[in-house]
Amino acid sequence: MFLINCPYCGERDQSEFVSGGEAHIARPKQPTELNDDQWAEYLFMRKNIKGIQFERWNHVHGCRKWFNVARDTSNDKIEKIYKMGEQPPKL
Amino acid sequence: MSKNLRINNKQFVDETRKLSFVFNGKKLYGYKGDTLASALLSNDIHLVGRSFKYHRPRGIMTSGSEEPNAILQIGNDDALTEPNVRATEIELYDGLICNSQNCWPSVKFDIGGINNFLSPLLPAGFYYKTFMWPASFWGKYEYFIRKSAGLGKSPSKQDPDMYDHRYMHCDILIVGGGVSGLIAAKIASDDNKKVLLLEDKELLGGSLIYDDNDISKIDNQKSSEWLKKLIDNIQNDKNIIVKTRTSLAAYHNYNFLLARQNLTDHLSVNDRNNKIRQRLYKIRAKKVIISTGAIERPQVFHNNDRPGIMLASAVKKYIDYYGVRCGLENVIFTNNDSAYETALSLHKSGTKLNAIIDIRDNSSSEIVNKVKSLGIQIYWNHSVVDTKGYKRINKVTIMKLNDKGNDVIGKKIELNCDCLSVSGGWTPMVHLFTQSGGKLKFDNKDNIFVPDKTNLNQLSIGSAKGDFELDDVLKNSIKDTKKFLNIENSNFDKIDVKCSKEKDKKNIWLLPSDKPLSKTKPFLDYQNDSTAKDIKLALREGFKSIEHVKRYTTTGMGTDQGKLANMHALGIVADTTNTNMGDLGTTTFRPPYTPLTFGTIVGRNVGQFFDIFRKTPMHDWHVDNNAKFENVGQWKRAWYYPKDGETMYDAVQRESKAARESSGILDASTLGKIDIQGTDANEFLNRVYTNAWSKLQIGKCRYGLMLNEDGMVYDDGVTTKLGENHYLMTTTTGGAANVMSKLEDYLQTEWPELDVFLTSVTDHYATASVCGPNAKKIINKIFKNLDLSDESFPHMSFKEVKLGNISCRIMRISFTGELSYEINVEASYGKYIWEKCIEAGKEFNITPYGTETMHLLRAEKGFIIVGQDTDGTMTPVDLQMDWIISKKKYDFIGKRSLYRSDTIREDRKQLVGLLTDDPNEILEEGAQLIKDENKNPVDMLGHVTSSYFSPTLKKSIALAILKEGKKLKGQKLLVPMIDKTIKVTVSDTIFLDKENERING
Repeated sequence: MFLINCPYCGERDQSEFVSGGEAHIARPKQPTELNDDQWAEYLFMRKNIKGIQFERWNHVHGCRKWFNVARDTSNDKIEKIYKMGEQPPKL
Repeated sequence: MSKNLRINNKQFVDETRKLSFVFNGKKLYGYKGDTLASALLSNDIHLVGRSFKYHRPRGIMTSGSEEPNAILQIGNDDALTEPNVRATEIELYDGLICNSQNCWPSVKFDIGGINNFLSPLLPAGFYYKTFMWPASFWGKYEYFIRKSAGLGKSPSKQDPDMYDHRYMHCDILIVGGGVSGLIAAKIASDDNKKVLLLEDKELLGGSLIYDDNDISKIDNQKSSEWLKKLIDNIQNDKNIIVKTRTSLAAYHNYNFLLARQNLTDHLSVNDRNNKIRQRLYKIRAKKVIISTGAIERPQVFHNNDRPGIMLASAVKKYIDYYGVRCGLENVIFTNNDSAYETALSLHKSGTKLNAIIDIRDNSSSEIVNKVKSLGIQIYWNHSVVDTKGYKRINKVTIMKLNDKGNDVIGKKIELNCDCLSVSGGWTPMVHLFTQSGGKLKFDNKDNIFVPDKTNLNQLSIGSAKGDFELDDVLKNSIKDTKKFLNIENSNFDKIDVKCSKEKDKKNIWLLPSDKPLSKTKPFLDYQNDSTAKDIKLALREGFKSIEHVKRYTTTGMGTDQGKLANMHALGIVADTTNTNMGDLGTTTFRPPYTPLTFGTIVGRNVGQFFDIFRKTPMHDWHVDNNAKFENVGQWKRAWYYPKDGETMYDAVQRESKAARESSGILDASTLGKIDIQGTDANEFLNRVYTNAWSKLQIGKCRYGLMLNEDGMVYDDGVTTKLGENHYLMTTTTGGAANVMSKLEDYLQTEWPELDVFLTSVTDHYATASVCGPNAKKIINKIFKNLDLSDESFPHMSFKEVKLGNISCRIMRISFTGELSYEINVEASYGKYIWEKCIEAGKEFNITPYGTETMHLLRAEKGFIIVGQDTDGTMTPVDLQMDWIISKKKYDFIGKRSLYRSDTIREDRKQLVGLLTDDPNEILEEGAQLIKDENKNPVDMLGHVTSSYFSPTLKKSIALAILKEGKKLKGQKLLVPMIDKTIKVTVSDTIFLDKENERING
């Protein structure tokens, strides 16, 4: 059970949040210009790495805001939390 | 109570309070302060159970949570009985009833004992190997295996006890109230930290509190006396919350821990009335100190499992704490100094100690010298090679060890004994440390795994960290706690500790025997009956990983989770494979540390509190009118309203007919409702729905279909344009929360530039939907001034009107195909408007109908229900709803996926209608569709998703998804059922009113 420091509400229990998978996968602006492979890359391909992974989290039982989390999947340590639209930190 | 087994001196047992209890039908006595185990031992009862596989007689072995044998069935009430309770942990109470498990007809004479003599036929993996063939016989084998396996019986009635959950927060959580935990608590409290101290026993102090020897001194006082003063101090400390009878179950990441407190298990049944039985603490700690101590290991030799063979530390505790002698003819077998404390306790209590057998060559520590000076016979460099006595040990046979310690030599010596104390060294309780993700390292000196690296803010101290001698325990605990808490000085800095120091160490994981291994039974895991032989067999058969060896031999898998067995199993694997134990690693320690009751886990969330349920404002009316309810998401929805003993089928037929022929009314309040506002609201709808929204006028409604980005149908519903920048979206009942989350996700992350605000208003409005040819007349009676002409108020439009002071939004939309009006009012007026409709509709036989009739009516019209006719693999094209996909829009969610190579396949499963050749035959939803019955294996072409008997059409109708369904219209297919095969014909999905004429009444 993580403690997650929501950038809008502060530190809260993990049970207030949901994870939304890998972060920084922008929806293509012009999907119709993409071929099947390119679209499949956006739609299906996700990383599952051991180490620091950038993820989207939503404070669903709180402010309902989405934000980004850099989490080390090997020990669940949260290295950094930053807002939507911000660039991933160099870690 | 056998007089000469009780010693009268005890401060922890109250001899003025005699308690009666019943064991296997026999009434016995003990005292307040006893555990069930100490009370049994005081009655000279060692034999309490039979082992799992060979049904060998087994006795009480330990005095704590590591007990593998003394697990009993407590209580004889169908609701309150509890299996697998450790007699060593449960406190005796007046009227306790307990029984042995895993034996029949009795623990003294057990038919299953024959397995002991068949044991050469029952090696590790016996069940895996034997019952594999033929596969079809498994059902028969299973019956007998299940019958002979299993420990204890579950309660068969609902648990009447009350359980509780509570959150706790603290600066420092200390797990374990032994001397090191107590010192750490005091240091933390003196530094003004909020401390929570958990102790699983009823009293603080750990093993030092009953330490009675004269060698251990703290500040020149007897160590137990010094400790008592510290405990008094802690109990009056406002910074420290102490929870006794509380055992830590799980240690999760971010210092989140679960602990279970026993509140009434030690009380007599009459004193428990209406009290909470157990409480689960959910703890967040800034820092955690683990001081859980260590448990003693047995030794592994032939016939090491007889009743009367116990851990040396347990024998000591039963004498020094409970005042109970475990035997009158004692022998001690050890490989270390700690068992000599037991020797001193036996001697001091005047209990006969025949001999000590020590596998070491000698020991010259202070405590051993003291025992030597008492004239007790010590057999150095000897090992036990056999024991005798079926239901209670009566003899041990010992032999001398050779120089290498891998064989025995010389002649056998037989010693009489009725209690053999065994010590094989100590194992730190690192369970919680590893549960929390900590990594262990192996200490070759003491042959133990000790805490190494952790990512959490935690510290292990005392014997949990591998310090076993009093001066190390105290001094390192003080030093490490100070460092951990960043404290410079403490009141313990000048502590003076005196104790005996162990100098000579020797460890042999599997002791040699005069017999070949195959002829011996050296048990490792007493509960699962796995022996050293089984470990070696597993290795011979190619299992290398310790995790595989564990599962193949079941070593460490019982209710005790191998607390005694694991180290020996690892040691024997390491020795046999010539591996370093540190490289071998350990099996995974998983929560809970000791078993939890289901009651504790669920707490108050039982019965009506198991899950949240939501009721519409009209709920009471439905109840009063005999509605049956179904769960839709969290909602309780009226399902059907049976009259005069009608079946569901009869009621649905009647309700459907009424709705088609005159009028029906449905409570549609549960539909998800999202209020959408903002200058980009229209653009937003264009992006989330497949169809076009740009031309929708104020006051009009439109049906929309929402896809996932993969092109699959996600949700549907009608959206009404209330104003220029204001829409009301409806969603499916079950999908409301997910749709809201999805829309918010897109707005926040993909399209933050859009000026759109979303508000969930599902609970704010109640909806009564009136339909049928007479619907207009009914609405007209209620809203007299409203122009209901098709010109003024056409299908798919909306009016806002007042009924007195009540604002009503009336949508003319239809899910039944009939002329219908949905009246939306603020939730508090829901029941009022509903009753108004019922009253106005009386003359038209207005009939309330539930979800089942709604499903039937829409199926007649071929309208889909997302989640019933779709399953996340259906595109709008698969549903034959191509018309709702805008060709003009550049983009919407899921558009690009509609022409992926997979979604454009023509042989996908598609939605079709089905008509049974016999119009009275109703298909079962979920039934499979096939073409050729004789093909083997048969091709599964699809399945029925919705099926009803239509009272209007007087025939059975069904919707189905079918491979290449669009091309198969008119074709005959088969629906195989268990007792017959039903013939069907593929049809159009619309069964009734293809011309849509009923929509205008």
